[in-house]
Amino acid sequence: MGATEFGQQFVNAMSLGSIYALVAIGLAIVFSILRLINFAHGEVLMLGAFFTYYWNRTGLPFAIVAILGVACTVLAGVAMERIAYRPMRNAPEVSLLLTSLGVSIAVRNFATMQFGEQPQKFPTPSRFEHRVHLGEINVSVTNLVTIGSALILLTLLTWFVTRTQLGIAMRATAENPVAARLMGININVVIVMAFVIGSALAGVAGILWGARVGRIEPLMGFVPVLKAFVATVIGGFGSIPGAVLGAFILGFGEIFLVALLPDRMTGYRDAFVFGALIVILLVRPQGLLGSTEPEKI
Amino acid sequence: MLVVENLRVNYGAIQAVKGISFEVRERELVALIGSNGAGKSTTLKTISGIVRPSGGSIRYGDKDLTSEPTHRIVASGIVQAPEGRQIFGSLTVRENLALGATARADRSDLDPEFAQVFALFPILSERISQRAGTLSGGEQQMLAIGRALMAKPRLLLLDEPSLGLAPIVVNRIFSVISQLKESGVTILLVEQNARKALAIADRAYVLETGTIRLSGDARDLARNPEVEHAYLGGVA
Repeated sequence: MGATEFGQQFVNAMSLGSIYALVAIGLAIVFSILRLINFAHGEVLMLGAFFTYYWNRTGLPFAIVAILGVACTVLAGVAMERIAYRPMRNAPEVSLLLTSLGVSIAVRNFATMQFGEQPQKFPTPSRFEHRVHLGEINVSVTNLVTIGSALILLTLLTWFVTRTQLGIAMRATAENPVAARLMGININVVIVMAFVIGSALAGVAGILWGARVGRIEPLMGFVPVLKAFVATVIGGFGSIPGAVLGAFILGFGEIFLVALLPDRMTGYRDAFVFGALIVILLVRPQGLLGSTEPEKI
Repeated sequence: MLVVENLRVNYGAIQAVKGISFEVRERELVALIGSNGAGKSTTLKTISGIVRPSGGSIRYGDKDLTSEPTHRIVASGIVQAPEGRQIFGSLTVRENLALGATARADRSDLDPEFAQVFALFPILSERISQRAGTLSGGEQQMLAIGRALMAKPRLLLLDEPSLGLAPIVVNRIFSVISQLKESGVTILLVEQNARKALAIADRAYVLETGTIRLSGDARDLARNPEVEHAYLGGVA
């Protein structure tokens, strides 16, 4: 592989890793606070793409359309918490897990009824399809926007969890919910905030995924959320830095496997991804950045 | 100030607290003593709203706390330093202390409270940027008490502050508790170390398997042969 091709693939890998990271963070945050593996997270991503698709019909500039789309996604995510998860707050973790599976199926089917099964063309602005030359490397604007959005959002998130009272309260709640309550932290505010952040990032990821693939459909959330799930396991479930690290490892792994393997092998890409997952689970079940602290009883 | 009446708490089929009544008056230091499993910690958890009672009432001033959420109970001035310290190990000492002030409306300026905590526990100011998980057990207990003080408690609930600490650290912690009482903080202290608790408390209640066995002036209880035999290791 020459330097140019390497650069090209590097940008692709960064872009794919960025999307995985945006999705994985939502899974990690919600898990860290509620011990819930949110199966419906992929549907949140799908809603982000569809809300944007519908807002685009208003003819507003795409930046505003995207913001409105993400805002609606956040409302949908918060509604899921309020309607489905909050009543299950004191139920066993397995019940919560099954609830999220139910939410996932319900939202997916509702979307299929509303939007139809047929993929729709995502209204990616034409300027996203332009290509920019960075030295020898030729990069699509979509990739640059994807990487740029992820960098900005990751920086904002880092600032939020380390510098704001609510962010620190979220980290405290993730570590020890009972002690957090004894500090006077309103646990409901923290949980809602987890869904706000997770849904916002998933909404952005939905738009970026739509722009990347070019079309959207009600089942579109499945693949990215599955990959994001693998990323969070690789990085250590519940750890935000771990989720980001895992997402980029996965993005780089996928892109470079395809680039390096002979053509007839590229169909095995996902087999390698899930093979890597199995290896990680065998060798380091707590993930790369996960803690080995035993669960408190 | 705090009046607990006929409090009952169940964990599933197990009755952990079987109808106890006690009170804590303004500026008092009241100790709840008793052996493991007597229901002391459960009682504190119930006052803080972490565990829900199956009967009875908890009143604080003219407020009924029995079904209030924990964050409102804390905001009303009842602050707990829980058993086993429960500090946030992945957060810094500074973050832990700042979190203690979460429920306060006036948390824009925490400098006086930081200063107060550092005056009581100078070691914490040296460790301010360290992760709390790297502190020694004694330092963690100091942090847990300091964190509770950041909330400017009107009623401080201390759950087993001496648990698992070296004797010299235990003495330090108990002298701080006495200082806090002198400064006007009302304290409800749960302890297995009955001798130490009775030495600094005004009044005490002796809990045994979920019921109050004895109560009264702490000095009288310390001389009570029954208490001496069961909790002070004396030979009757």
